[in-house]
Amino acid sequence: MTTETAAPTEAAPARQSMRDALKENLRQYGLVLALLIIMVFFQVMTSGILFLPVNLTNVVLQNSYIIVMALGMLLVIVAGHIDLSVGSVAGFVGAVAAVLMVDYGLNPLLAAIVCIAVGGVIGGAQGYFIAYMKIPSFIVTLAGMLVFKGLLLALLGGRSVGPFPTEFQMLSAGFIPDVIGRWTIVAPALNASGTAIPNTGIVLHSTTMLIGVLIVLGMFYAATRSRRAQESHGHETEPFGLFAIKNAIMAAIIMFLMYKFASYRGLPNVLIVMGILTALFVFITKRMTFGRRIFAMGGNIKAAALSGIKTERLTFYVFVIMGMLAALAGLIYAARLNQATPKAGAGMELDVIAAVFVGGASAMGGVGEVAGAVIGAFIMGVMNNGMGIMGINIDWQQVIKGLVLLGAVAFDLYNKKKA
Amino acid sequence: MAAGRRTLAPQISGLAMAKTILEMRGITKTFPGVKALQDVNLDVREGEIHAIVGENGAGKSTLMKVLSGVYPYGSYEGEIHFAGQECRFNGIHDSERVGIVIIHQELALVPLLSITENLFLGNEQAKFGVIDWHSARSRAKKLLARVGLNENPDTLITNIGVGKQQLVEIAKALSKEVRLLILDEPTASLSEKDSHALLDLLLEFKRQGMTAILISHKLNEVKKVADRVTVIRDGRTIETMDRDDVSEDRIITSMVGRTMEDRYPTRTPKIGETIFEVKDWVVHHPLHPDRQIIKGINLSVRKGEVVGIAGLMGAGRTEFAMSVFGRSYGTKVSGEVLVHGKPADTTTVEKAVAAGLAYATEDRKTYGLNLIDHIKHNVTIANLSGVSSRAGVIDDMGELKVAKDFRKRTNIRSSSVYQVTGNLSGGNQQKVVLSKWLFSDPDVLILDEPTRGIDVGAKYEIYTIINKLADEGKGILVISSEMPELLGICDRIYVLNEGRIVGELAGHEASQEKIMRAIVRGEEKAAS
Ligand SMILES: Nc1ncnc2c1ncn2[C@@H]1O[C@H](COP(=O)(O)OP(=O)(O)OP(=O)(O)O)[C@@H](O)[C@H]1O
Ligand SMILES: [Mg+2]
Repeated sequence: MTTETAAPTEAAPARQSMRDALKENLRQYGLVLALLIIMVFFQVMTSGILFLPVNLTNVVLQNSYIIVMALGMLLVIVAGHIDLSVGSVAGFVGAVAAVLMVDYGLNPLLAAIVCIAVGGVIGGAQGYFIAYMKIPSFIVTLAGMLVFKGLLLALLGGRSVGPFPTEFQMLSAGFIPDVIGRWTIVAPALNASGTAIPNTGIVLHSTTMLIGVLIVLGMFYAATRSRRAQESHGHETEPFGLFAIKNAIMAAIIMFLMYKFASYRGLPNVLIVMGILTALFVFITKRMTFGRRIFAMGGNIKAAALSGIKTERLTFYVFVIMGMLAALAGLIYAARLNQATPKAGAGMELDVIAAVFVGGASAMGGVGEVAGAVIGAFIMGVMNNGMGIMGINIDWQQVIKGLVLLGAVAFDLYNKKKA
Repeated sequence: MAAGRRTLAPQISGLAMAKTILEMRGITKTFPGVKALQDVNLDVREGEIHAIVGENGAGKSTLMKVLSGVYPYGSYEGEIHFAGQECRFNGIHDSERVGIVIIHQELALVPLLSITENLFLGNEQAKFGVIDWHSARSRAKKLLARVGLNENPDTLITNIGVGKQQLVEIAKALSKEVRLLILDEPTASLSEKDSHALLDLLLEFKRQGMTAILISHKLNEVKKVADRVTVIRDGRTIETMDRDDVSEDRIITSMVGRTMEDRYPTRTPKIGETIFEVKDWVVHHPLHPDRQIIKGINLSVRKGEVVGIAGLMGAGRTEFAMSVFGRSYGTKVSGEVLVHGKPADTTTVEKAVAAGLAYATEDRKTYGLNLIDHIKHNVTIANLSGVSSRAGVIDDMGELKVAKDFRKRTNIRSSSVYQVTGNLSGGNQQKVVLSKWLFSDPDVLILDEPTRGIDVGAKYEIYTIINKLADEGKGILVISSEMPELLGICDRIYVLNEGRIVGELAGHEASQEKIMRAIVRGEEKAAS
């Protein structure tokens, strides 16, 4: 044991012991495990409805805008700030989109780009006050929350604006095209008039299955490559058995979900958007200097500044990104409802912030993970969905969600303290 | 077991002498991946000053945290006997109840509260929860008098210097019923003058019958005040020696496990042209812009030269360095910085780094480290471009290699480069700060108290690094309150006092006395 406190020596290539590796993985994958347990729980409680392909697709659609915002909120919280305005901003931008597309007949793509730019400007304005004027983000974004809620009402004047052009609706209601064609494994039963009876037979959206396979292969490739690199540099790696099992389980989960989507209408467009954004943000936080600097700033802003990090500009950019993502979320939400309403976005910020904290971020800044935030959002989303199917009243749903948030964070802290 | 018997012996034979007040037996404390203490024994006699010395990360602070209940009973193995009773503390309140009070390595005062408020924090003079400020203030005055601090008890902590803050900490300890006072490196951030005052105070308390444990890396202090010295190495007790047996050499040998011939590595300086120059540097106080803090400083550093800045605490050394380094301190800064003879823009930290400057701070916790992140990320943060592509993508393996190299080079003691810096011992945190700036590969390196809180062995290593950097042709500016250190490593020494340079001495002709004389002369001039 003394070797560990003794002067450092060049570490020989080493394997972690199985116990250490398991313990570490449990911490890392604890959230995934929690999500799975919650899903299985509701699968049982809803007598099998939760895992129906149509319902799983629904869970994704219902939570897509929360997840998109959670990505930005993670950066904000890691940077040591908070953004209370995201719900109002999303609602406001949805209304702008509706006015542009429905009232002025602007091209949907152009309108979407304008909307996201508007979000960026809003984020930038708030970021300016926070970063350069040094006004606490809590206050600035509280003000922003009121301002944009008010502007939303003013813009819509109490009416709901819709419907949107079909191309725009596709953002939230559409599915990726099946370029390869349907893949019939078990032909569905036909009724008397010769049309297929729903929920019988297995007809898969083969493009979705192909994408699933590609994702799994990509995951295997990346995992082996990083393991090789670690070994060749003489770093500790986990036991091979564990490594293999872990990846096999992840692959099984991915293929299972893909299969579910494929047996309904394939991958929703918005899931693709979410997936790409999530991957991008994982990369930014894990591998890019921009992300690293945000963590350094959240951990100790003075030390970061004295290390040559432009903390003000960095904070500013974080809020610009948050604004753009809130705008995107606003578009997704509007497209899903197919109209902009005066109530859009109300209270969304709470779900977003809860997702990030359930996902293990620290309110003090400097700690957090993109994957955690996404899974946190799904945990909350699955609970909403499951309790909804079970017919639990909305009031009790709130109570339960609040307790889960508190419990999750308390459990996380307890674990960290013990370590 | 043998060790246990050895420490029991003096207790038996010493019955006639002072009796043992504290006995720690077989203390073992493990953190994930690190065995910080292993079967440590310590006995302290009533009324003595007992010094504990050891290398950085040896486990001194951890042992004191076990003793004071910061690590509660059950989180360690072994027994603690205090005043004849076995103690099982569940928290700091329990240990304070029996009279054990600790002053931690890092000051724990609330900067924006007054002296009085800090003195009674957590121990308020209250009846039914209502604070009686009158009695609090008068008690505060008495306590301040006991430690010889002449300050208004309503003054905010931020407005008094570190030396006085340390005295407030001691006064705070005295406000409780102290039988055993533990001081963890109390003089690490004090000037020589303040240190002496503090040690005298400690001797005065001893005369009044108080027992004290003193942790320090300054062996001359240990020699001055300690009755007995216990040496800890790698989490084990090595030996306890009596006052008469104590010599610096013996302590060092027992601390590092080998003899050390010299405290300072030798070097033949190869000095070239001037690479760093500051001209007419003037800085004003950030909050009171009409107050000049730096009053027109001119200095230069040449290639391959180690230049020292001596001065008392509050002379403006750190303020000078930080204002040069990206205007990180002060307002209304004026003057010129030249690097390689050309005017350099150092108005932001980023530009200063680009111009080839680096500044390693004296205050590692506030300005130096991201304490919740691990060593690897802390080492590379000032030079991320050194481990990433143009597009800003970090090369993971490259970064790991850099971190491992520096961990080895500066001899950072940790379980791996993935240890969180907040869990490192004080001295090892300092080495991480140094590594960070070494990795930024500057031309001019400003080191502010680079060996504060660092043990003799590690100091030697850091001096060696400084020498090597100088030999590579860099210019080094060292700010230090330890005059022997400046005399030992510098080729030239500036003396700073109250924002002015009051003397410049060549390394070979400098002496402690000449530096002090320059300071005093400067003060006289300022007064007249
Ligand atoms: N909370 C912690 N978690 C993990 N390791 C720790 C923790 N606290 C201390 N350590 C480790 O325990 C060892 C002893 O640390 P300690 O702070 O007692 O050293 P020290 O003798 O006081 O050193 P210094 O002179 O540098 O202050 C070190 O290796 C340190 O990294
Ligand atoms: Mg210590």
